[in-house]
Amino acid sequence: MHLRIREHPIIDFSGREKISFYFNGEKIVGYKGDSIASAIHASGVKRLSESLKGRHRGFFCGIGKCSSCLMTVNGIPNIRTCIAPLQEDINVETQSKSVPWPKVDYDAWEDGLNIEVDILVVGAGPAGLSASIEAAKQGATVLLVDENPRVGGQLIKQTHKFFGSKHEKAGIRGVDIAKDLEREARDHSNIKILLESTVFGVYEDPSYNGFTFGVMKRENYKSRLVKVHCKEVIISVGAMENMLLFPGNDLPGVYGAGGVQTLMNVYGVKPGNKVLMVGAGNVGLIVSYQLLQAGVDVDRVVEAAPIIGGYHVHAAKLRRFGVPIYTSHSIKEVYGNDCVEGAFVVELDENWQPIEGSEENVECDTVCLAVGLTPSTRLLEQLHVEMADIPEAGGRVAIHDEYMETSVRGVYVSGDSSGIEEASTAMIEGKISGISAALALGYNRDAEELRKEYIERLEKLRAGPFGEKPRIAKRKILEEWRRYHGRL
Amino acid sequence: MKTVIVCRCEDITEKEIVDAIHAGYTDFEELRKNLRIGMGPCQGRVCIPLVKKILQRETGRKVEENPTVRPPVVPIPLGMLTKGWENEE
Repeated sequence: MHLRIREHPIIDFSGREKISFYFNGEKIVGYKGDSIASAIHASGVKRLSESLKGRHRGFFCGIGKCSSCLMTVNGIPNIRTCIAPLQEDINVETQSKSVPWPKVDYDAWEDGLNIEVDILVVGAGPAGLSASIEAAKQGATVLLVDENPRVGGQLIKQTHKFFGSKHEKAGIRGVDIAKDLEREARDHSNIKILLESTVFGVYEDPSYNGFTFGVMKRENYKSRLVKVHCKEVIISVGAMENMLLFPGNDLPGVYGAGGVQTLMNVYGVKPGNKVLMVGAGNVGLIVSYQLLQAGVDVDRVVEAAPIIGGYHVHAAKLRRFGVPIYTSHSIKEVYGNDCVEGAFVVELDENWQPIEGSEENVECDTVCLAVGLTPSTRLLEQLHVEMADIPEAGGRVAIHDEYMETSVRGVYVSGDSSGIEEASTAMIEGKISGISAALALGYNRDAEELRKEYIERLEKLRAGPFGEKPRIAKRKILEEWRRYHGRL
Repeated sequence: MKTVIVCRCEDITEKEIVDAIHAGYTDFEELRKNLRIGMGPCQGRVCIPLVKKILQRETGRKVEENPTVRPPVVPIPLGMLTKGWENEE
């Protein structure tokens, strides 16, 4: 079974160089640009790993967060194969519950590296890239770190054209915005980019007056410690896909919508042949349409709420293709032996309780969850910034002022990790955070005027009816910010 | 009751969490130390929002806190820390 996308209306996957490698001793072929996980998935294998109790684990988030795809590569265990680039002749093995102790191979790690910089930007998505560019324009030195092998964050899989304002690249596809931002960032000699690198912790270094971060840099599956000293830090690490509770929720074939989008639009790999989509917000609707574009059958979309949450235009497109959207319906159970073979959906009453006897069997090989995101805040919590629980922002977030600075001086946030929103506003928030960080260090070419303009543009972007939720979220964040400062 | 996995890394089920809450482990830290939820390789990225939901449902209390986050936030190979240093440029 091969899951490569043959034809695609927007992305051209043809002409890529073939790369052969070994999977559990058997030679298989992927393409240049594949991750290890995408190449294996393309060959029809969905089980990548095993949990501690031997349950099958497959791809889920596709962006290095969920840890369901850990495999052994060239004898090195626990490689996150969804973000590890495929290389010629590597030896990839499924990791079983009883991972043998790794042989101590001193060459598996390189010597550590020290880097000192004005501003560390964590996460190279729309927010982090924009932040880096703005800070660099004012004259600050920037280190931009990202876990993935390429910059762009979630933009690199957004094949649809953006809404919003011209300033924020309306009418351009996300994939192309990512290329523009990357070109701009690479043009600045005072931005250094570290890819395949994870900022794993905040440490105290009495010899340095500023922040000290530990970074793990990966290269050829080997890792290297990088110690970063910086005066200020911008956290724009994005968000994590939400999971739901139902029997079978951990079977390979139950994927996050973002993971499915990555598989299709970045690697040209179909998640399966028939999909049940859960969630009719914008992400659920857009990804359903993109599945159709990739030649995948979408059986239906179920949505627990009584109304469709996403834009009407996206829902209308799906209807034109004959994909039904069932509101007040939810997923009850997923079944299958090794991976997903089908699911039961159920109708909900006005109290969101399942209506007995309404179960329906949906035959599918993929269940795609598009049920919201939770901001990633782990580094912020380690930095001891003041947090608040704000449901409209997607959960617990750092409170911040209109300049995107948190309660800890020198720590800024932007993008989804400061509250779930979308890429256009993430770019402006990033710009504001970058400019503010530079300004605080005394880099001021035209920072103050520019920042004023950006703040106005951000307000305009959020002014429409669809900006209501983030508007409430950001208002609450500012209220919490004021309350916190009133208390001091 | 069919198995519903909450913590994908440590294979902790919804039933185990509900039982623990009713046995008196009623906050995040207690649940984590008792069950190891969120202590596997993903460090709670998948399960923390779910545990929060279950904890709220079972105790009727609004759960605002997240469990304490300590470095490292992702697993790192210990051998990496044993190597020497060089300075950039």
